[in-house]
Amino acid sequence: MTAIEILDLEKTYFVGFWRKRPKLALRPLRLTIEEGEVFGFLGPNGAGKTTTLKLLMGLVFPTAGTARILGADMNDPRVKSQIGFLPEQPYFYDHLSARELLNYYGQLSGMPAKGRSARVEQMLTRVGLSDSAGMQLRKFSKGMLQRVGLAQAILHDPKLVFLDEPMSGLDPMGRREVRDLIQQLRSEGKTVFFSTHILSDAEALCDRVGIIHQGELRGVGAVAELTSETQGKVEIIFCAARVPAALTSLGAEARVSGDMVSAVLPEERQDAALEVLRRERLKLISLTPVRSSLEEYYIQKLRPAQDRNTEDRDAEGREKESRKGAGV
Amino acid sequence: MNSGGMNSRIGCIAFNTFREAVRDRVLYNLIAFALLLSGAAILVGQISIDIERLVVVNLGLTAVSLFGVVIAIFIGIGLVSKEIDKRTLYTVLSRPVRRWEFVVGKFFGLTGTLVVNTFLMAIGVFLALLYVAHKFEKTDGWVLVALYFIVLQFLIVCALALFFSSFSTPLMSAVFTFALFVIGSLAEDLRGLARITHGIGAWIATAVAYVVPNFSALNVISQVAHGDAVPGRLILYNSLYALLYSAMAISGAVLIFQRRNLK
Repeated sequence: MTAIEILDLEKTYFVGFWRKRPKLALRPLRLTIEEGEVFGFLGPNGAGKTTTLKLLMGLVFPTAGTARILGADMNDPRVKSQIGFLPEQPYFYDHLSARELLNYYGQLSGMPAKGRSARVEQMLTRVGLSDSAGMQLRKFSKGMLQRVGLAQAILHDPKLVFLDEPMSGLDPMGRREVRDLIQQLRSEGKTVFFSTHILSDAEALCDRVGIIHQGELRGVGAVAELTSETQGKVEIIFCAARVPAALTSLGAEARVSGDMVSAVLPEERQDAALEVLRRERLKLISLTPVRSSLEEYYIQKLRPAQDRNTEDRDAEGREKESRKGAGV
Repeated sequence: MNSGGMNSRIGCIAFNTFREAVRDRVLYNLIAFALLLSGAAILVGQISIDIERLVVVNLGLTAVSLFGVVIAIFIGIGLVSKEIDKRTLYTVLSRPVRRWEFVVGKFFGLTGTLVVNTFLMAIGVFLALLYVAHKFEKTDGWVLVALYFIVLQFLIVCALALFFSSFSTPLMSAVFTFALFVIGSLAEDLRGLARITHGIGAWIATAVAYVVPNFSALNVISQVAHGDAVPGRLILYNSLYALLYSAMAISGAVLIFQRRNLK
């Protein structure tokens, strides 16, 4: 079943005091996320990630388009009892303690009084805040507030969780804990839609990612597919203090690091390179195909459209030439 | 979403607003009020020229009104805007809470704070009265009516502060609300002015007199200080007027807030 169906959602703000100028925050966005999926929404700051989340949460209103969440219209208030949301750099009522805050949100989410307190305690333990549960939030550090934010987002056991930059401001340990939490949510069958600009987090956690830049969705793909694509190159690592001249003449890009050499060269010259190593009696450590990384995909999608078109044309030209050469 | 859930959400938001005001030490104003009133009572008790009751009721009720109006304006203008600025609203509105429920809950929370504050101040006024007069008189009951009218004033001030804060900055909201409180306190004079003016001036004075909240009708402090009765019809009229005016201002706030983008 589809968890989120975004149908040409678009947002234009009007800025300026006297003469209002339109400022496009989100170009028509069409995106579908399936139930049980962990989807990463990637893009640099100001790309339109938070605007998209705010539109889905009903915090800002779309200029055009709509979305369906868990099969219902995004404006249907009943849907909201089944979703959890962690805003970017969350700020909570600092006159409350973490326990009081979660109780408050539990009430607003329509959780029955019976069992609410037990669930609150369970969440406080889950995010590691049971020892400071009675302390007012004004005394909390940024990392602790982020944990409270995560607890409130999953308190009412939602089917769908939206997290806006959940790792922002966290130390390495905190980031690890958030990663673990997202993985737990996945294993519980929840759908997670999270925005981030930290690619390693997305690569480790997401089933699919979408790249957004300047309010435009530039690409969507499954992480496993994106990172399994080979580039027609191999990386050979072997023991040597310098790069053999024969290897350089094969067109290898090599680096020396201590007594190891790493050389990248086209796949079709792999046998010739191994022959060089045999001839020079050098010890082979590894030979692996060079795979695409999410970072390369991200950077490629972020390039201006003109650059991307030129690159696509070049690739097409190369393909035609190779077909001609092969007599196709 | 059933009505029970709706009431529970409004009640929950109202209670949180009340709790925030209490924890932000809003009720500390009671200390200043107690010092002012006890000082005045001791001073009047020493002078003793048979106007003790008049002075204590006048001073006490005026202080209750002014302290309350200041609280209503300064908290009222931040009720919504502070939540937007601090983004505390995001995690509330992403739950099954309608925007109008949030506004109404905030309104009830602040008026609840003011009712509790006024109740405690009222105890102070009656203690001061007992101190200077040594006993209660039958006419002292009208002081309760004057206090009730003061609470009605607070309803209107809170609603206006909330209305202005739904589209304006906190500073401008405070200025607008306070200006309306001052003009509204002179509403009867404005109506008198409209009667003796002609042409466009009369039109403008009449329009302003009827649009601004009529706080002067809600001010019976001087009357009860002299021990005069308050007609039952005025109690009914003022109650309906305050409820209607507040409801209109809150509806305006809701209409604006419903359409607002929370950037």
